[in-house]
Amino acid sequence: MTNTLHRYGSADSFNDDFIVFAIPARGINDANAVEKQRRFLEIARKHNPVNIGDASHGALFQSSKNLNPAVHWRRKEQRDLESVVNCVSCPTTVSAVFDNADDTVAFVKELKQADLGLSINISASLDKAQECARRAGLERHSVEYSLGFIGQTDRIADRQVLEIATMCGHGMLSFSFVRKLLEWVKQGRRSPEQASVTLARFCSCGIFNPTRACRLLEEAKKHS
Amino acid sequence: MEKLNPTLVRGIRRVLKAFRLRFDPEPDVCPTSAITPDELSWPRVVRRAFSDPIVTHESTGVHGRGTEEVKTNDVTNRIGIGEVGYVIEFGRPTVGVRFRDIEKMTGALAAIGIEFEPKNPVTHMMTDQKTGKLRDDILNEKILSAIVEFKTRIENVPVVLNRVKEVSTTLDTVVAVGVSTRCGENGDSALDDVLSEEGFSFVRGKTNLGLGKL
Repeated sequence: MTNTLHRYGSADSFNDDFIVFAIPARGINDANAVEKQRRFLEIARKHNPVNIGDASHGALFQSSKNLNPAVHWRRKEQRDLESVVNCVSCPTTVSAVFDNADDTVAFVKELKQADLGLSINISASLDKAQECARRAGLERHSVEYSLGFIGQTDRIADRQVLEIATMCGHGMLSFSFVRKLLEWVKQGRRSPEQASVTLARFCSCGIFNPTRACRLLEEAKKHS
Repeated sequence: MEKLNPTLVRGIRRVLKAFRLRFDPEPDVCPTSAITPDELSWPRVVRRAFSDPIVTHESTGVHGRGTEEVKTNDVTNRIGIGEVGYVIEFGRPTVGVRFRDIEKMTGALAAIGIEFEPKNPVTHMMTDQKTGKLRDDILNEKILSAIVEFKTRIENVPVVLNRVKEVSTTLDTVVAVGVSTRCGENGDSALDDVLSEEGFSFVRGKTNLGLGKL
């Protein structure tokens, strides 16, 4: 998946956005990948991730099939890291999102020591990712650049909406839905925290960054 | 999802409407659990494979859009030194695309000698990889996004990217472009200069740390 590649924003806008993910190569080193991926998530837990996830089974923020009308007033966010770790049951992509470089570096250092043998990637601004790699004692092996969007770009949303919506690269956050929550935050009908958690629930693989979303929503409210 | 009685929910809405009031519910809660996925048959089922991130692409065994790109390059060596990998993603962000638009691009790329990545879901939908022709029965299917992958030598980057730009203006959607390469021993990338010379700006990307092992 390229789901983390094309996030929209300036270089500064990615200062609180670091995604580290582990993936096995199909048919090459995916034997015993489940245990290694669980280990990846267990190590991630120690370094204050703002989101973690497994592309097959879901993320820290999840929808629920058993709600009652009270959720419209009091919605308890159950963030169960343990169940995300235990739900990994097949070779897949597992990820952890951090909101600062220090935690990212500490996590990568521990991954290096753990020697899982899975491919580990950092999705972030290219300069920051290289800096994190070097601080962890690594040089990058390969790099993939996002060159942005071309074609009928008049069909995509404005900057504010785009910065948030592109945090789910699989397109689970529609422009209209993001625009609606932006308006609600500006009108004071939801707090930036509540809105960012609502948005995070739509990203099934756990790469949505609620900290960055919250900051962007606060900025939008301030400038409205 | 809540499991409330639909008649009760409709009744409450009518009463509120009479007083010009509207309930302000959580936006991601269906009160009556009314939304259920349909059973899809061919060719419509390709919509799910290319739109639902939880579904695995049978052709590659990978979730999401079904591609590994350079994320596993430390193990597969798919993209070597001096080579450039391309991921041309149609319909992203959230605009969507029909396969007939993808075929316009694959046809144009095949005409300049591009060979498509075999381990890719769109390549599996081709009836002729030399011409970039896709199956006729899926051409009208609309999906959220799909990725075409291929690689060339680094000296071909300007020609390929300019062709992609040209064709993308004729499509009824947006296209997200990504390029990748293998770095040198010091982590340097030969693509930096090439992309700058061609006028592309780049801020964000994916960095493979080389920790994968066979």
